[in-house]
Amino acid sequence: MIAKEKHVLVIFPHPDDEAFGVSGTIASHIQANTPVTYACLTLGQMGRNLGNPPFATRESLPLIRKQELLNAAQAMGLTDLRMMGLHDKTIEFENDEKMVKMMRDLIDEVQPSLVITFYPDYSVHPDHEATARAVVRAVGRTPEDVRPKLHCVAFANNTLGALGAPDILHDVSAVKEQKLDAMRAHISQTAWMLEDLEKRLGENEPEAVKWVTTERFYTYRWDQGYK
Amino acid sequence: MQPVNLEKVQTLINRFAGKDVYIHLETTNGAYAAHVDEKFFNAGAFIRNAKVRYELGKIIGEAPSRVGLKLEMGWIYAQGITHYEFDSKERLLMAGHDYQGKLAVSLQISETPFE
Repeated sequence: MIAKEKHVLVIFPHPDDEAFGVSGTIASHIQANTPVTYACLTLGQMGRNLGNPPFATRESLPLIRKQELLNAAQAMGLTDLRMMGLHDKTIEFENDEKMVKMMRDLIDEVQPSLVITFYPDYSVHPDHEATARAVVRAVGRTPEDVRPKLHCVAFANNTLGALGAPDILHDVSAVKEQKLDAMRAHISQTAWMLEDLEKRLGENEPEAVKWVTTERFYTYRWDQGYK
Repeated sequence: MQPVNLEKVQTLINRFAGKDVYIHLETTNGAYAAHVDEKFFNAGAFIRNAKVRYELGKIIGEAPSRVGLKLEMGWIYAQGITHYEFDSKERLLMAGHDYQGKLAVSLQISETPFE
């Protein structure tokens, strides 16, 4: 059961970051008439999956990924999509306080009851980590009585050992097709992975079904905070 | 993009010689290389919109090819170039894609800055 929210704010750095682990949750909130805002910080300009023979160039990739992001939003029923105009792979080198302010401004405007991002130190990609740090700082500086909940996605190899099992599991079976459509929307990035996944789903392989229909989050632990 | 044709790419490289040009140069293993294989030493670099002028540029070797640009004061070098395109904005885009179709290196030359 997914708790009812007033407004959900999702913040990730790359088009497709939302697709794998959160698109079912987004679609579920939207189905429950909860407004969802998704702020995507870059256009994934530095993505490596260009094919051989290539289907895109370094310079055409961001245009393709922007359209894919719009398609994914449509698949999830999401209408409030913000593209924040940063460049892939550079977020950690931006001014840290500028990043916190970007998050602060989003939170002030949207007034979310729940914020979803990556878990700092457990999200592998430097852009994920930098996004997570900025979000944690912005949310953490909000007075406790009005602070939104913060749910984080973690997938570093040491996550289970360090954080234990995720405390929030969302069953997104009811929106499985929307979730698959969100992944399909990012076809330039997901083609290889989807081919394998859809084959396994076709055979009703329990691991694959479970992976698609369950989304996992950690409630952020404020005693580990980024000040 | 097209597979490298040495003669055609050389002609395109010559076209920018002696002019002020903007360079995008990049090598990458991807941000997940050390996540997938913890023994992998991940290294990479990129520079975007470096303004240079080269007096001589060459592409050498059947693909994956090498490209070198001799600058007034130094060098630019890329190895592993497999594909090229002269795009609608008259930029020479060269890239090396690995056997899985992932970009490993890119060298791009333009008379106008890259976005």
